[in-house]
Order: sequence, then structure tokens, then C-alpha cells
Amino acid sequence: MTAIAPGTVPKSSRGSAARARMLRSLLPALSLALVLMAIAWLNPRAISYFGFNLMLNLAIPIALATIAQMFVIAGNELDLSIGTFVGFVGCVTATWLRDAPLIGVAVLLGSIGVYALLGALIHLRNLPSIVVTLGMSFVWQGLAILILPKPGGKAPDWLLAIMSFKPPYIPFPILAALLIAAIVHFGLMRTSYGVILRGSGGNAAALRRAGWSLLKTKIVLFALTGLFGVLSGMALIGITTSADANIGNGYTLLSIAGVILGGGEFVGGRVSPIGAVIGALTLALAASPLLTFMHIPPDWQVAANGAILIIVLAARVLISRRER
Amino acid sequence: MTSVRMLLEKPWLWSFVGAVLVWVATVAFTGGYGAGGMITAALSLAVFTVIVGVGQMFVITLGPGNVDLSLPANIGLASAVAMKVMGGSDSMIVVGLLAALACGAAIGAINYLLIWALRIPPIIATLSASFIIQSVDISYGRGLQIKPPPGFADFTNWQVLGIPVLAILTVVFTVAAALALQRMIYGRSVLAIGQNIRAAWLAGVNVGRIRFLTYTLCGALGGIDGALLAGYFRGANVDIGNEYLLASIAVVVIGGTSVAGGKANVPGVWGAGLFLVLLLTMLNTFGVSAGVRLVLTGLIIVGVITAAGGEKAVR
Repeated sequence: MTAIAPGTVPKSSRGSAARARMLRSLLPALSLALVLMAIAWLNPRAISYFGFNLMLNLAIPIALATIAQMFVIAGNELDLSIGTFVGFVGCVTATWLRDAPLIGVAVLLGSIGVYALLGALIHLRNLPSIVVTLGMSFVWQGLAILILPKPGGKAPDWLLAIMSFKPPYIPFPILAALLIAAIVHFGLMRTSYGVILRGSGGNAAALRRAGWSLLKTKIVLFALTGLFGVLSGMALIGITTSADANIGNGYTLLSIAGVILGGGEFVGGRVSPIGAVIGALTLALAASPLLTFMHIPPDWQVAANGAILIIVLAARVLISRRER
Repeated sequence: MTSVRMLLEKPWLWSFVGAVLVWVATVAFTGGYGAGGMITAALSLAVFTVIVGVGQMFVITLGPGNVDLSLPANIGLASAVAMKVMGGSDSMIVVGLLAALACGAAIGAINYLLIWALRIPPIIATLSASFIIQSVDISYGRGLQIKPPPGFADFTNWQVLGIPVLAILTVVFTVAAALALQRMIYGRSVLAIGQNIRAAWLAGVNVGRIRFLTYTLCGALGGIDGALLAGYFRGANVDIGNEYLLASIAVVVIGGTSVAGGKANVPGVWGAGLFLVLLLTMLNTFGVSAGVRLVLTGLIIVGVITAAGGEKAVR
């Protein structure tokens, strides 16, 4: 509505507009740096190999869930079931994947297949993804309860070994975050099919006319969401060592917030894998370590989370205004 | 003409057909036992979903991306506010209801303020707001053990000939909401904004004011719902509204309102509300476990939406 044709921008403001655009893409990193500086100021000892390992403990599953959410958002859809799906995967990981690895792997691959089918269904019947995934969130939760009625189970040993890996100098969560960001960034931003995938969110009509199958892009995007959801659930169980049917419930909203915090947008295929990972790290850090160091009472920690989201988004608006 | 077509709209009928089918299946299972009681129970529980469902419907009708995720937190806080203001005394019932209404409306107004001032998607704005409201509720309602005034608790459970009075009042309210949607400038403006916000703006609709009113209305309905829930379940609770996030969105969509906006359906909210409550009753009657109940609920929601199908995009 407020968009102005590029030609109408006066020449003199082009430079500052470009600067603002760069500032905008740096904003996720800036907010992460801000949170880190706040932590360093409040508790310098936290900025250490050991401190990061502790503080970013849960950052890997959050980052993977955020990447999962980012794929559907790239196709202008939303997955409200990712949280309960992560919980379902967690329950499978802590039971079948340990006791009967073949069945476990088959179930997990099958659940990725379900995601692909959902993508096909949503495209063919032109369904609102919000409602379909809302329904699926009940299904995953129900399945998780059926698999693991009471909290328990145990993570497979190889998974525990991977998640407690201690590389020299760089804490494992940071290394993993870099790796995830790099792989997804290459796949989605640097390959030609990645461009097609993002294009299905940006201008679906144009892609269709150019001869690309929108059915296929939707299936691929949803399957990728399923894949990263599986990885997130497995990583989570590798850290917590045992599962609970409700373990992932918070991830739905966390993952959406992470994508938006990382500079993604709900429509138009405008997403950023690196931003999403940074957004997830910011949320993971802001969630408890920062608030604990600030001596914010537990009652108000949720509120502080909301406030951080609002502040970052407000900063983005200020920058975007200059962009125009 | 439009209203006749809306009346014959398929999804609208489907939700009622579904509700009746589920009811018949349950009654057949019990051999006719408790058929009437089931309707009474379904009506009194569906009321709470319908009230927030109507609010959510107006918000969703504003167009893609418009949704109020702060309803559960809103309901929780309003239930605590209502119980505290009423303080267990019958003379304060009206004041308490007004306080809950004002609390909800304020939350709705703040939601829109965030959307407008920060120009962020409503999903994120209402989500951030809900985090803050939740904290306020936790700290305000901690250890709140106030029972609702006896008069208020009786009122929320009052039945005439097996029909809950609250359900009758809600029917009156939904008729009013349907009239507001189809016959009043406010409702027509909401529909116009949902169909094409730019066209509505060019046609002279005060887009900002209508959106502000809609979010405030939805918040206010969440507030009143919280007070009524606290009366019905005899006490306020931080988690009292938790199930109404998914339920409010589900009834809107199953009821035939377009998620893309611009097309709303009030009767469908009732049909879908009854359908969801009866479905739960049916699965409980069949004696299935919690896990199976969840799986079936989810599959039925997906099935209903697949059968109803989405509409082709206008543009």
C-alpha cells in the first residue's frame, strides 16, 4: 500500500536507502550482539566456552525448528503443528529409535512423508495451511501420547554422544548453528532450485507460467519442514535424554518468532536462513540466561520475552521507514 | 441476494450436519440414553467457544494474516479480574463483568496499537502481547482463590427447560453479530477490507478505525468470555483460556469463514462450536483414550476442511 515505485526515489536518497537496507539485514545480528553484550555486562563469566555450552544448551533444537518453520513460510504458508511434531519425534526417538532402530527410522521417514502429503493436499485442494496444520497438531500430540503416555524413555546412545560432543575452542551449539546456517543458506539461497522454492512464495503465478510445478515446490517445502522437524526433535532428545509428549509444545510460537526476528516475512518468499538461526539463538539466549542474570522474577520472564520481540520489531520499523 | 447465497453456502450447512451426525452416532451408541442431556451440555460448553469464535471471525475476516493469538492470555487475565472485582459478592456482578469487558477491550486496543505503530504482522503482535498479558496474569492472579458470587455461578449454569439461558443469550448476541456483519456499515466495511484493503481505502472506508474497532471488539469478547468461564467453572485460572486459541480459529474455519478474509459466516460458528463439543462428548462416550481422542479430533478437522475445500484466490 505504501510501496513506491523505484523510479520515484530521488537520487540523493538512494545511498541512504541502500544503507538502511543493509542495516535492516544486519538487524538480526545486531540484536543478537546486543543480547550478548547485555549478558557480558551482567555476568562476564558467562562469556566462556563453558558458559556458552550451558546458555545455548537448547539452541540447537530451537534453531532446527525455526529452520523448519522458515521453509513453509518461504512458500507463504504457516505450520502451527511444528511444536507438537517435535514432541512426537522426541517420543519416537526416546522409544522406538532406541529399542527397534529400523521401526524408528521407518516411522520418522514416514512422518516426513506425511508432511510431503500435507503439502500436496494443501496445494491440490487450495486449503488454508493454518487450519490443516492446526488439525495436524492434535494428531501429532495424540500420537505422542499414545507412544509415550508418561514422561520417560531414553535417548539412543549414539545420539547422546553426538549432542554431548565437545569440540576444541568453539562451543558445540555455536558450531552446530554455524553449520546449520551454512548448509541451509547454500541450499535455499545459492542453488537454482532454492530460487524456485522461494519464488513459489514470491510470485507463484510467474513460476507457473514459466513451467515450474507448484505442486512439486509445495511438496518439497513441506518435506523439508518435516525433515528439519525430525532433526529438531532428535536433537532435543539428545540433550534432555528422555522425552515427554508435551516437550515441544512451545516450539510452534518460538519458531515463528525466530523466523520473523531473523528478518523473514510472512508473505513473498522473503526469508533468510542465517537470520532465522540468529533469531533462534537470540530467543534462546533472551529466554532464560539474560533474564536470570537481570534478576527478573520468573513471573515476568515471559513478559520480558514479549518485550524483547516488540523492541526488535520496533527497531526494524524505524530502519524500514528510512528505507523508503 | 447475497444473504440468500450465504444461507445456502455449503460449509455453513456442513458444520450443523456434522454436529447432528455426531449426536446421532453417540445416541445410537448409548441406545438413546442421555440424548437430551447431551444437547444441554453441548450448548452450555459451546457458548464459550462461540463467543470468542465470533470475535476471532471478525478479525480473520479482515484479511490474510489477521488473527488474534492473545485470546487465551486475555481470557485468563479477564477471568482473574472479574473474580477479584466481584470479590464473591452478588452486588458486584455487573461491575465485575464490566471490568472484564474493559480489560479485554484494552488488550484488544493494545494489540491494534502494536500492529499499527510497529507495522508488524498481527500474528507476531498479538503473540508478543500475549506473552506480556500472561505474565501480568501470573503475577496478578497468583494464588487467587476467590469463588464467583453464588448468583453469578448460578446464572452461568441456569437452565430453562433444559436449555441453558447463557446459550439463549448467546444466540441473541450472534444474531446481532450477523446483522452487524451483513447490514451495518461497520460489518460491510470489515468485509470490504478483507476482500481488498486498498479498494476499501480508496472507496473511503476508514481502514484504521475499522481495524482498531475489530481488534478491540475481539478483545472485549475474550474478556467477557473469561468472566463467564470463571463463573461456569467456579473460579479463575491462568490456564482457563488455553484451549480457546485453537478452538476459536477452528470454529471460524469449519464454520465456513474464509481464512483469506472478506467472507464471514456467523451461523457456521455455532454449528462448528456444537460440532467440536459434541465430537469430544462422542469420543468420551466411546471410551477412547486421550491419545486416540486427540488423533481423531485432528483428523476430523483436517477431513472437514479438505471436504469443504478452499476457494480459488480472487486475484
